[in-house]
Amino acid sequence: MHDFLDMGGYGLYVWPSYGLAAAVLAWNIWSALRLQRIALEHARRRVAIAKSDAERAAH
Amino acid sequence: MATWTWFHKLSSPPHFYRIAGKMIPWYAIPAALLIVAGIYGGLVAAPADYQQGEAFRIIYVHAPSAWLSLMCYTTMAVAAAVGLIWRIKLAHALAAATAPIGASFALLCLVTGSLWGRPMWGTWWVWDGRLTSQLILFFLYLGYMALRSAYDDLQRADRASAVLALVGVVNVPIIHFSVYWWNSLHQGSTVIRKDGPAMPPSMLVPLLMCFAGFTLLYAALACVRVRAEVLNRERNATWLKELSPS
Repeated sequence: MHDFLDMGGYGLYVWPSYGLAAAVLAWNIWSALRLQRIALEHARRRVAIAKSDAERAAH
Repeated sequence: MATWTWFHKLSSPPHFYRIAGKMIPWYAIPAALLIVAGIYGGLVAAPADYQQGEAFRIIYVHAPSAWLSLMCYTTMAVAAAVGLIWRIKLAHALAAATAPIGASFALLCLVTGSLWGRPMWGTWWVWDGRLTSQLILFFLYLGYMALRSAYDDLQRADRASAVLALVGVVNVPIIHFSVYWWNSLHQGSTVIRKDGPAMPPSMLVPLLMCFAGFTLLYAALACVRVRAEVLNRERNATWLKELSPS
């Protein structure tokens, strides 16, 4: 296990590379899902407003 | 004729929204499996390199992120051209959705390259053709996103940023050929060579898995992001009503 973490003396370069890669992958997934959630919320709100406007116009 | 009706159907927002939504798991699940298997193969199963020792393992995140940063830019430029020429809003949406993904992988490529260069070359950075052109790629992404956010009007943002994406695409072949055109500390291609990949299968297979995994991850992320773009662009379409149960 120690040998694996040491990476033949290159652990200081290998592990930060993989750590950053994990961070970039995680950020991509998180930010895409966040964008989708916000877009859905806004679209639903617009639909709701349009609906209530239409109902008010009908009265 | 049939291909064009297919194309027009797909470029209509509600159709795209539905189809892309169905495709996401088909991209995301294989992407996750390939990346996990590729990283395991690269970190654990592959033998150490005879010249670079264990440090070569950085290739499994560095090369796929370099590939993705170039593929994203090319996708962005092609989508921008399609958007400009045929005035397809969905193409502009794809270009806009691709930029932040490409930027993040361009940055990952630069930093992992620096972390690899330090023990191998004895320096974090050199201003040679490969490194400089890759840095320019990162700045092109940032410029593209900054330009888009400078406009309130979406159509103007689409058109102006599309021109920038097209001008910048000249940098893509420069990055690829830079190691052959100019002296560089950077090594040449490992996988795409005239005499075949310069790697044994135990090293090559995990690398190819990472390439495929990153590419499929892009496809999944692009589906999610373009769907969000489509929703934001649709102002008063009736199909939006189907989205909410209320």
